[in-house]
Amino acid sequence: MKVYLSVLKLRLSMGMQYRTAALAGVATQFFWGFIMIMVFEAFYEHASSTPPISLKELIQYIWLQQAFLVFVMMWFRDNELFDLITSGNISYELCRPNGLYGFWYAKLLAQRLSSAILRCFPILIIAYFLPDPYNLELPHSNTAFLLFVSALLLGLLLLVSISMFLYISVFVTLSPMGSLLVFGVLSEFFAGLIIPVPLMPDWLQQIANVLPFRWTADFPFRVYSGHIPEHEAAIGILVQLSYLIVLIWLGRKALNGVLKKVVVQGG
Amino acid sequence: MIHLEGISKSYKIAKRQTGLRQAAKALFYREYTTIAALKDISFSINQGEIVGYIGPNGAGKSTTIKIMSGILVPDTGKCTIMGCTPWKERTSYVKNIGVVFGQRSQLWWDVPVMDSFELLKDIYKVPQQEYQTTIKLLIETLELQEIVNSPVRQLSLGQRMRCEIAASLIHSPQILFLDEPTIGLDAVSKIAVRKFIKTINKEKGVTVILTTHDMNDIEALAERVILIGKGNVLYDGHLEELRKRFGTRKTITADYSQNTSPIKMPAGAEILSYTQERLSISIDTNHTKTSDAITQLSQQVELTDVTIETQPIEDIIVKLYKEYQI
Repeated sequence: MKVYLSVLKLRLSMGMQYRTAALAGVATQFFWGFIMIMVFEAFYEHASSTPPISLKELIQYIWLQQAFLVFVMMWFRDNELFDLITSGNISYELCRPNGLYGFWYAKLLAQRLSSAILRCFPILIIAYFLPDPYNLELPHSNTAFLLFVSALLLGLLLLVSISMFLYISVFVTLSPMGSLLVFGVLSEFFAGLIIPVPLMPDWLQQIANVLPFRWTADFPFRVYSGHIPEHEAAIGILVQLSYLIVLIWLGRKALNGVLKKVVVQGG
Repeated sequence: MIHLEGISKSYKIAKRQTGLRQAAKALFYREYTTIAALKDISFSINQGEIVGYIGPNGAGKSTTIKIMSGILVPDTGKCTIMGCTPWKERTSYVKNIGVVFGQRSQLWWDVPVMDSFELLKDIYKVPQQEYQTTIKLLIETLELQEIVNSPVRQLSLGQRMRCEIAASLIHSPQILFLDEPTIGLDAVSKIAVRKFIKTINKEKGVTVILTTHDMNDIEALAERVILIGKGNVLYDGHLEELRKRFGTRKTITADYSQNTSPIKMPAGAEILSYTQERLSISIDTNHTKTSDAITQLSQQVELTDVTIETQPIEDIIVKLYKEYQI
């Protein structure tokens, strides 16, 4: 356990070095957030029927999405791990007395955490002080807030366990681009990062509900805005947990499988 | 301590001719060739030995090291190191070994070297006190005082390599595998690294297996060498014996006062250079004794200076490779 904590610590201290990147990230996310809000506002003004999610809830959704972007985006990746696999530096990782899965999991988790810590607070605070109706509101109850925090963290764990498959696939393909595109597009869409899940047509929502991606982003954000009521949120957290267990189990199996066949060539 | 028996490993490699047409063909049909990297390798190494593992490029040196460190699984054969089969009991086994791959890096690129060391301490669960003493010793002997607090990306190759070696020894392993540890190092760093390997071998009884192309490394460190080529063990024994068997030629360089009459050469001598003031010949000591050759020369010319050189180990190795046709 201590190993994972120190990986986390090291990665955090490393990630915090990049202040300029974080600043640029914050600016970009504000820009995006406003564009998204304006687009949806335009749609909502001329909507003929009542949309399944109110504009206020949608705005909460978008600001949270921008603040916790690195928690929910699949393309936020660790190039070092890709390099490790393709260049053969993985040799060293294989000489360590611990499982690779846990070690990499901790690395990836730490990378997302370190980026998020630098970026989320400025966005959350500024979004809170924006004029109505564009502002981020406090969660409507303490329970909702606690549920949101646990759902968000579980969502993060879930996303990391999904992204592990991306790294595992590189063992086979030796190039991250293909998997990155496929995983990236699929997850981004079905996590509701392009169109929020409640605004999707019914049949698409059904697909999104079966896939694990929605539980990483759409679910925690809607718990915050209160669009998902508290008792449903509790069930949702159980769903997240079971997804997490299954995906980690599968990931470990897949990783052990590819490691048996790994060939490190040269020098 | 280390025991390898009948280890074989082959790689499957996709074969393709150059050219666009061949590339297009390879989309549909691929030919594979199997390359046998190791064929029936067997040897034993006892505790406290320093063994030089040599061979030309592509001989299978690194493959052997990777098998011994549990990274690769061989096709056939048995390998027992300290009672473990490396690739089967990988996680429990690797605590006992330290590995340095000269062409790879285990340090974190963006953080100070010390942070990487601390992480390794936690990975190997080294107690704080033990870590303190080990790290102090490593920093002193490898002369790392000035570099441990700089990020790895700012280090030169030689500095980095010294840190890599230190990183592999934080958990005080009993066996150390060094795969080309002196690649790209300057003379000072090389000597520091060699001295260090000797020290840990003597003081801590660490068994060292070293692959290198720098024969001076081997000469300075290893008493025993294992030569492999094309996947077979070709020679396993003392370096001295190798020298006796193959290093029988000596070079004699003689300076003398000007001489215009022709000189009768000692039997079997090969002339390397000849001027009116200087002669350089190479003789085979199996046929002609060095002293006889000098005597013969001194009778014909007025010698002012004579130097005798033994064949450099590099030449011996080249000869060895030639003899085994590798």
